[in-house]
Amino acid sequence: MSACAWLVILGTAPYEGTVIDRVFAERVESMAAVLRWFLPLAVIQTVVLLVVWATWRPFLLQRSGDGRVDVQPSFQMSDTVAKVNRLFETRWAQSGLVPASQAPQLQILRRLSLALYGRVPALEEIRRFEADRAPDRLARWVAGMLRDRRFPEYFAERLARSYVGVDGGDFVVYRRDRFVEWLTEALAENRPYDEMVREMIANRGLWTGSPSTNFITAALVMGELEEEKLAGRVFRALLGQRADCAQCHDHPFSDWKQSQFEGVAAFFGQTRLSLGVFDRTEVDGQPVEFEVLDQESGKQRQVVPRVPFHDEWLPASGTRRARLAAWVTHPDQRRFDRAIVNRVWGLVFGKPYLQPVDDLPDPAEQATEDLLDILAVDFRDRGRDLRQLILAMVLSRPFLLDSQHSADQAPAEKVVSAASDGEVDRLLDEWAVFPLTRLRPEQVIGAMLQASSVRTIDRRSHLIVRTMRLLRESDFLQEYGDLGEDELELHPGTIPQALLRMNGELSNALSQASQFSSAGRVLAVSTDDENVVENCFLLCLTRSPSAELKAVFVEQLRGQNPEQRKEIIEDLVWSLFNSEPFAWNH
Amino acid sequence: MTETHSGLTVAGRSRRNLLGTLAGGCLPFALPPLWGKQRQQRGAQRPTSLILVWLAGGASQLESWDPHPGTAAGGETQAIPTRIPDLLISDLYPQVAEQIDALSVIRSLVSSEGDHERATYFVKTGYRPVPALKHPAVGATLARMLPEDAVAIPRHISLGNSPWPARGGFLGPASAAFKVYAPGRSIPNMRAPVRGARQDRRLENLQILSREFRQGRQGQVAATQHQEMVARALRMMDSEQLQAFEIKEESRGLRDRYGDTDFGRGCLVARRLVERGVRAVEVTLGGFDSHVNNFAVHRERAGVLDPAFATLIGDLRDRDLLDSTLVLCIGEFGRTPSINPLEGRDHWPTGFSCLVGGGGLRAGLVIGQTDPEGKQKQPRDPIHVPDLYATLLQRLGLDPRHEVVSPIGRPIRLSEGEPIARLLGTS
Repeated sequence: MSACAWLVILGTAPYEGTVIDRVFAERVESMAAVLRWFLPLAVIQTVVLLVVWATWRPFLLQRSGDGRVDVQPSFQMSDTVAKVNRLFETRWAQSGLVPASQAPQLQILRRLSLALYGRVPALEEIRRFEADRAPDRLARWVAGMLRDRRFPEYFAERLARSYVGVDGGDFVVYRRDRFVEWLTEALAENRPYDEMVREMIANRGLWTGSPSTNFITAALVMGELEEEKLAGRVFRALLGQRADCAQCHDHPFSDWKQSQFEGVAAFFGQTRLSLGVFDRTEVDGQPVEFEVLDQESGKQRQVVPRVPFHDEWLPASGTRRARLAAWVTHPDQRRFDRAIVNRVWGLVFGKPYLQPVDDLPDPAEQATEDLLDILAVDFRDRGRDLRQLILAMVLSRPFLLDSQHSADQAPAEKVVSAASDGEVDRLLDEWAVFPLTRLRPEQVIGAMLQASSVRTIDRRSHLIVRTMRLLRESDFLQEYGDLGEDELELHPGTIPQALLRMNGELSNALSQASQFSSAGRVLAVSTDDENVVENCFLLCLTRSPSAELKAVFVEQLRGQNPEQRKEIIEDLVWSLFNSEPFAWNH
Repeated sequence: MTETHSGLTVAGRSRRNLLGTLAGGCLPFALPPLWGKQRQQRGAQRPTSLILVWLAGGASQLESWDPHPGTAAGGETQAIPTRIPDLLISDLYPQVAEQIDALSVIRSLVSSEGDHERATYFVKTGYRPVPALKHPAVGATLARMLPEDAVAIPRHISLGNSPWPARGGFLGPASAAFKVYAPGRSIPNMRAPVRGARQDRRLENLQILSREFRQGRQGQVAATQHQEMVARALRMMDSEQLQAFEIKEESRGLRDRYGDTDFGRGCLVARRLVERGVRAVEVTLGGFDSHVNNFAVHRERAGVLDPAFATLIGDLRDRDLLDSTLVLCIGEFGRTPSINPLEGRDHWPTGFSCLVGGGGLRAGLVIGQTDPEGKQKQPRDPIHVPDLYATLLQRLGLDPRHEVVSPIGRPIRLSEGEPIARLLGTS
């Protein structure tokens, strides 16, 4: 019925003003009374159909596709992993350190889930992982996780922070959401990293249609492009050098000179904004040059674009931005590869290999056998493939070590002896034990939300669940304190964060025994007291409780009526949410 | 191998030092509560606090502390005399006029930031925004640098809704202002959802889980300070000092004088907080960005600001708290002397005003002068914002030239300005 109505409306449009139209109009007039209710009804019906389709589509997809993590049949260990392992084993031997033993597989799965999806594994994922007995389980699962949609959706935001920061900026000319979408797609297609970066630096076009240009428009302040801001981002996020201190004066501690910083900023000097980002070489016959306000003389000074080293890597032709992009991503630009390796290590381990993440020491003359160079060279040789980089990291020994170590014990509860304290420092310095790192805010909420559901929350989840997740996430992040661009710097926790976890509405809602919460789920799927305790631990901590712990909590449940049992489980879940193993990556 | 790496190094310190620093930070909570004694302390002997009244959006100096009645620039705003001889302020602030003799007026503040966010950053930290570093707000510096006392509630608090609340910058999020959006009402997340035996069981469970987790991770878990944070949060939840946030016990009359607005309640809470030893409180009143309908906007805002601020000053005086409480009433910039076609005023960072006083600073001074015709950009006797903060820091016993090492290893002075001798009473 509605299809007919639309056909009538659209089909007759071209005939306006003609004989046919007049005849038709007469007919229409005679049907006027009928049409008066017919057309609005058709519109309503169409709208209803669309809404129903949108709501039920996830269910239909769920039935048709499995949608679960797609595991590849086999995976070969690469040379790189072997090299990395050899490097660390040599260092451990030289320092006289015994590395921790390998972590339980479920713990590794948890680390992977937090690093790649920003949340903990769902109960159903844990069950399937445990049931998978084929060889190379971990390698296959990682490869599958990297191909899952959840990886680019999470990881794009992590990388975007270093490129464009977290501020909303001028909405008219800067669309952060489009930028992150573009980055998500690029990661989903596993496009070479250098290609993505070249697009960010050099692309032209409208920030909506050509979203990578938002890298440029993010640096617009009150309508003026801040070339220095862009140069700062290029140096920090892409080359791993904090040269932007040299913006005002020569860097006191390293070799960056103000002129070097300005020289790079000059590459953005011809970029203009008008119905899109583009480059203009002259205005009214005059060449466009980059100018800075000289602090000493108080006058404007022209700056010629110049790169701080290896200018032979600059192509002879192209727009300034395109030339800079080629220089930054040159195959021999080791800083470029080392910078992303360090950052990805930070996102995977929770702590960058070198701190601060974006201020690395100068690379040695030749690529040495240090970790950054091993991974950077491999990264470059594989065409700057981010997935291969992540794979190499998570399959090498440091990632697989336990966070427990026999040396990290105290003789008495209160006193940590000086000797063992020093040893733990050394173990951590050499990555001979997996470091405890605080979960970032989005990981905390991701973990809490996922732990409140047995099934995986993803695109196939019911619209309502996803909406709830979105709303709660932004409120929680705001209260918890999003660290923005600095999320890889180590910060101690704050009291408001502790208060939020302990007393906040969200953690309260999620620990209550309702349909949408952990405790509720556990009650629904568990068969007996032991099973209840086991499931609570699996949901929240991705592991089974030890025999002693299980006994303690089972004892709490023994002989209690259903109301009391509900409370005990709620209390257990609350405690799990507020415990160290939940809030800290280990 | 020439490569150096820092492993677990935070701000250049090794983990061991960090443990020591944080342990030192926790020590006061092991001491018996001294706040009771402190509460009785009045007068100049009390440790000095700072109340920053933040006028978000950029309040017009011409409609507040620097009117120019009868000129084109001044517009329709009239002036009234105050308790400071020869000082006239806008007629929108009759109550402040009665209390203003406790403070001094600066009419010649200059800044070069005309953008809200940048100017707010500049005026709150005394530093212009640079990409390499995030400077702490002056309140964060105070809360961090001044000696510890037994205050269970946070020592740096922000009341009201500010788009850019005072941040901890490189001092870390622990020094950031503790935010209370609706002062005078209950604070979020302060009440445990369950009571008595259930709460005990939850905390007992936490201990059990933590003990098990610590096996083989003693040093690492100790460094997380997780349990310490939980303990401090619990102490705060139980602390009587939390009563500072409740205003029910204040007399009805007093509460009415402050005004039944978020800002009015915020000022009252601010007084209660400094009484209990909180070092830095920021109270925000927004809505001053009058690009349109300037006079109506300011009349309405003055209706909130005038009673609340005047009552705050009066209250501090009555309770003998003013000598130990620095008060600063400021916004990110002022507004243009010229009136735009929408009857509004636009941003004006060269020649805006503030009220500053208390804490032993000289009162009754009027510093600087802006051009009555509004033609001259630069005011007479310009005062730079960093100088203002240098003055406050000096009054608080901190050397503005003292350097703090930022996370990138660069030493930053607490303030780049020079203290204003006139205000300190040393000239």
